[in-house]
Amino acid sequence: MFREQQKLTNRSMAIGLRALNRFAGSPLVDRLGLRAPAERFVYGASKTTMRTAATAGRTFAAAQKLATPARQPTAQPGGLFDLTPTDEQRLLSESVRDFALHKLRPAALDADFACAAPAELLRQSDDLGVTMIGVPEELGGAVTERSAVTAVLIGEALAQGDMGLAVACLAPAAVSTALSLWGDEEQQATYLPDFVGDSIPAAALAVLEPRALFDPFKLETRAHRSGGGYVLSGVKSLVPRAVDGELFIVAAALEGRDPALFIVESRAGGITVEPEPAMGIRAAATGRLTFDDVELPVTSLIADADPEIYRACIQLGRIAWSALAVGTGKAVLDYVIPYVKERTAFGEPIANRQAVAFAVSNIAIELDGLRLATYRAASRADQDESFAREAALAHTLASEHGMSIGSDGVQLLGGHGYVKEHPVERWYRDLRAARLMEGVLLV
Amino acid sequence: MINLEVPKKFGVLIGQAHQIANEVMRPNSRKYDRAEHTYPKELDMLAAVVNGMNDSGGLSGAGAGGVTRGSVSENGSLPGRHGTRNSSNLASVLSVAEVSWGDVGLLLTMPGQGLGNSAIAALANEEQLERFGGKWAAMAITEPEAGSDSAAIRTSATLDGDDYVLNGEKIFVTSGERAELIVVWASLDRDRGRAAIRSFVVERDNPGLKLDRLEHKLGIRASDTANFVLSDCRVPKENLLGSPEIQATQGFAGVMQTFDSTRPLVAAMALGIARACLEETRERLREAGVEIDYDTPASVQSAAAAEFIGMEADYEAARLLTLQAAWMADNAMPNSLQASMAKAKAGRTGTDIALRCVALCGTDGYGEGELLEKWARDAKILDIFEGTQQIQLLVVARQLLSKTSAELK
Repeated sequence: MFREQQKLTNRSMAIGLRALNRFAGSPLVDRLGLRAPAERFVYGASKTTMRTAATAGRTFAAAQKLATPARQPTAQPGGLFDLTPTDEQRLLSESVRDFALHKLRPAALDADFACAAPAELLRQSDDLGVTMIGVPEELGGAVTERSAVTAVLIGEALAQGDMGLAVACLAPAAVSTALSLWGDEEQQATYLPDFVGDSIPAAALAVLEPRALFDPFKLETRAHRSGGGYVLSGVKSLVPRAVDGELFIVAAALEGRDPALFIVESRAGGITVEPEPAMGIRAAATGRLTFDDVELPVTSLIADADPEIYRACIQLGRIAWSALAVGTGKAVLDYVIPYVKERTAFGEPIANRQAVAFAVSNIAIELDGLRLATYRAASRADQDESFAREAALAHTLASEHGMSIGSDGVQLLGGHGYVKEHPVERWYRDLRAARLMEGVLLV
Repeated sequence: MINLEVPKKFGVLIGQAHQIANEVMRPNSRKYDRAEHTYPKELDMLAAVVNGMNDSGGLSGAGAGGVTRGSVSENGSLPGRHGTRNSSNLASVLSVAEVSWGDVGLLLTMPGQGLGNSAIAALANEEQLERFGGKWAAMAITEPEAGSDSAAIRTSATLDGDDYVLNGEKIFVTSGERAELIVVWASLDRDRGRAAIRSFVVERDNPGLKLDRLEHKLGIRASDTANFVLSDCRVPKENLLGSPEIQATQGFAGVMQTFDSTRPLVAAMALGIARACLEETRERLREAGVEIDYDTPASVQSAAAAEFIGMEADYEAARLLTLQAAWMADNAMPNSLQASMAKAKAGRTGTDIALRCVALCGTDGYGEGELLEKWARDAKILDIFEGTQQIQLLVVARQLLSKTSAELK
């Protein structure tokens, strides 16, 4: 166990994540290693019923402001078809996968029950720097270049541990990435320092609304201009870490027309929050936010309500959910292979039967197709090529085949797949999310 | 660095392939679907053009004869470590997909582009490449009693002096009537099972090779499918591809290796048909007032639009799996798992998309006035030859589960 931790530390240092340097060496080893595995986290369990005012939250104050907003440059590939990640991407995803398999996976069952991610795990995830991936270097970020592909690889790796915990870990990253990509110099100066500091705020990107046939381009949450700012009203559903959330980016129809993104601090008056546990991704502590004439400053509007930016936000979210489905799908595949080889029926391993073996083949085939489609969509985003179509196709594959993989994972274990002794029932519940979720994540 | 776009350097090749597809294949599609067993003479002219493409430098080897294992580069380092390689395997699947968009039956009967050419490209030594290069080679594997179970083939090869003497029966030989060479799978010793199976190059005019009959088929009617009887068919021993030694494991692996190169090509054919169907259907849906919108969730669009996006998603997955298998071959990575995954996904997706497009387009889809019904008939073979869907799933499962063919039958 200690060797694994040591390896994780070394790898992470090699990546050169600035945040990690502060925790390199013994503190990180101690933090990760000394945690008793049997310790039960019931953090947040008491919050599962009450409807409360949003958390008071911290005060976000503008730090030193740049003259213009900082943006990460994008690296352009050499034009050849290539499935080889960069060294940085490989090291980063390996260290995140180590964390996911050795820290998230063992905590997943309890977190699913508790409808909350253990605070300690979230801290460790923050220490790994997942909220800093999208932040420009001049604002304290960790990675030189803007890369949706890198974010996809990280999401995939985290979800291989557990999708619910991955959503909890990545929720603040969606906010920091949105501010990095689209925030102006003042918004960046006000909020981004907190996402590269010692105490990363619970934050989330809230798009979904609670109704059938939800369309993220037809929102019922509304914002209208009033005085020097905006007034926001409406309901947002399945917002991760909502009860603890200190900062939200909220999608709302501006003056009843095109959707736009608003920065909303939880301190603003008129926000109520209630836990909204769902079929899956329960560790993300999903909740429902109600905005009742919430007054927002004029500086809260992102990118001047540019509809193209909102469109990109939705598309990047779909790529992110596809990436999580890839990770969870991989978890299913890796789990069923040894199971069907060990489980015997009628005198031989069930893997010797085509009906079983072909189901495993199909999981692998559809998973690889989904993975490649997700990479392509992200790679096109990085190259400034249109990616609406590719994002939609990856998301469709995640919706259809991702869910089939979850269902087959349970089926291959039979009755054993239906009980919580095995994680496949959780993955079945989690994978349904990939189809209906909008926003929440960004790559 | 991860990039799944087709490199610009293949633009000329794809453009040429598209012209062939659009100006030669499509206008002759229905003609040779109806006139089964008639040689499409338009292709002779085309063969010259294609050979010219193959000889034109950087993209040489595109097409069936171009698929081969990537090799170590001049400076001795493996490609991929300091950069990736996009070469003949990728070029081949891209051009095959493009021409198949025109007509897969006609592609299959393109002079010089037989699957036997792929076998020769993958297995021949220098001397054999010299002798057989540039000739049209068909592939004869299947027998009346041995289809997917290639190891059970009965055709025998007996060494007699400087010749091998072949005896047996071969069926379903694509381009068997028209090709100049037939690559015949035969056993050196039927008691030794798959280890003794080798491929032999037989000249089409060899008196021991008798054409028995031509099949009438569901689709790909432009391509002739021949049955042969080999009776005391003598071929020089220099026509054996690979080693004559019967080794316990290696021999069969050698002939099977051909599939790692040819399966992505068949997958590419399915991609070509699928894209043709999708483009045609998109246009007809547009005429019917249905526009495909990638931003609006499929569940709030019309059922036809949602179905179209679903089909396109599966096409995308099949296409990328195929490019992945070819890219791995270009970079000398073992790819038999990925080749079978691509073939399985593209084979079933091609048929599925074609059949659904026929249904979506109604009587225009089903009638002979348009090509959709033909594409749906053509597509089915691509889920059968070079290994059926079920064989691909077996290959994939055996690798994933580390099972032998004795354990997972």
